Amino acid sequence: MIIADKKPIEEIIEAIKDYKKILILGCNECVTVCEAGGKKEVEILASALRMYFLNQSKDVKIDEKTLERQCDHEYLEEIRNTVENYDSILSLACGVGVQFTAEKYHSTPVFPGVNTCFLGATEERGVWVERCQACGKCILASTGGICPVSRCAKRILNGPCGGSSKGKCEINKDLACAWQLIIDRLKALGKLDEYEKITPIKDWSTDRAGGPRKVIREDVKQ
Amino acid sequence: MRLEYPSNIKIIRIPCTGKLDIIHILRAFEKGADGVYAVGCLEGSCQFNNGNIRSRKRIEQAKKLLDTIGVGGERVAMYNLSSGEGTHFASYAKEMNEKIQKIGPNPIKLAKKRMAA
Repeated sequence: MIIADKKPIEEIIEAIKDYKKILILGCNECVTVCEAGGKKEVEILASALRMYFLNQSKDVKIDEKTLERQCDHEYLEEIRNTVENYDSILSLACGVGVQFTAEKYHSTPVFPGVNTCFLGATEERGVWVERCQACGKCILASTGGICPVSRCAKRILNGPCGGSSKGKCEINKDLACAWQLIIDRLKALGKLDEYEKITPIKDWSTDRAGGPRKVIREDVKQ
Repeated sequence: MRLEYPSNIKIIRIPCTGKLDIIHILRAFEKGADGVYAVGCLEGSCQFNNGNIRSRKRIEQAKKLLDTIGVGGERVAMYNLSSGEGTHFASYAKEMNEKIQKIGPNPIKLAKKRMAA
């Protein structure tokens, strides 16, 4: 899922302080799971902002709404009839949701309420870790299911590098060396011969190097 | 025991302090409460293992948030006692009441009156 983190409330206040009718728009998907922008976070932020503005003797209307998703037209359409009641939207969705909302309602300013961080997983509650960089050409089949693109600081495809020491990465002694993990995993799977194969230069054109990306599926496209 | 505690304290019962969420604390202040405190079981003796620890964390988060928005984090607190410690319950209530009386009324309540005038 997409992992996001809450923006400091001071930064949010600075962005929306001149608006009078604000809709705080949450998202029921990834940001709910990583506890950054779901219904609960919308409620807390709305309550805190209402009190902040009241304390400043400012008459600001703050409403709450949480959509199933903000990255699909059909769910964003749910606010079509009410969006005109607001002079700004504070979206707690990931960067995708913020942009899609802004594209759809282009006359209403949309502000982000979270910092979108990475594609990751929940290691434990409150700890989220990066597991994918969406490079567009998955190589997990040959690396024992451990991704050197997202988990190796250098993204090297034939590792480890000289900075690997006792299974840890040189950039942080608490960070596991991805290539050590790959070797251990391939060994456990009895597939160390995979490790012996030299991986050719990766085609990075499917990554960000090729500019903004698009997936078109003719089989499902209408 | 027939202990007395300040009559301006309204008790809201929850199954475990682990049920307490930040939004419950914020709503109380939005509705005009001058202070909010949670009274949980002693740390280490939660029936649900860590409900009171969770509650303490949420109290701490609420404190920070209330400080940021100008309501005052000192208006929230967490106390721990066992169900047999009625005397502590009464003394914590008095302590919290005195603290809040010193701090004064909730600024949100005053702002609402100011805005309505």
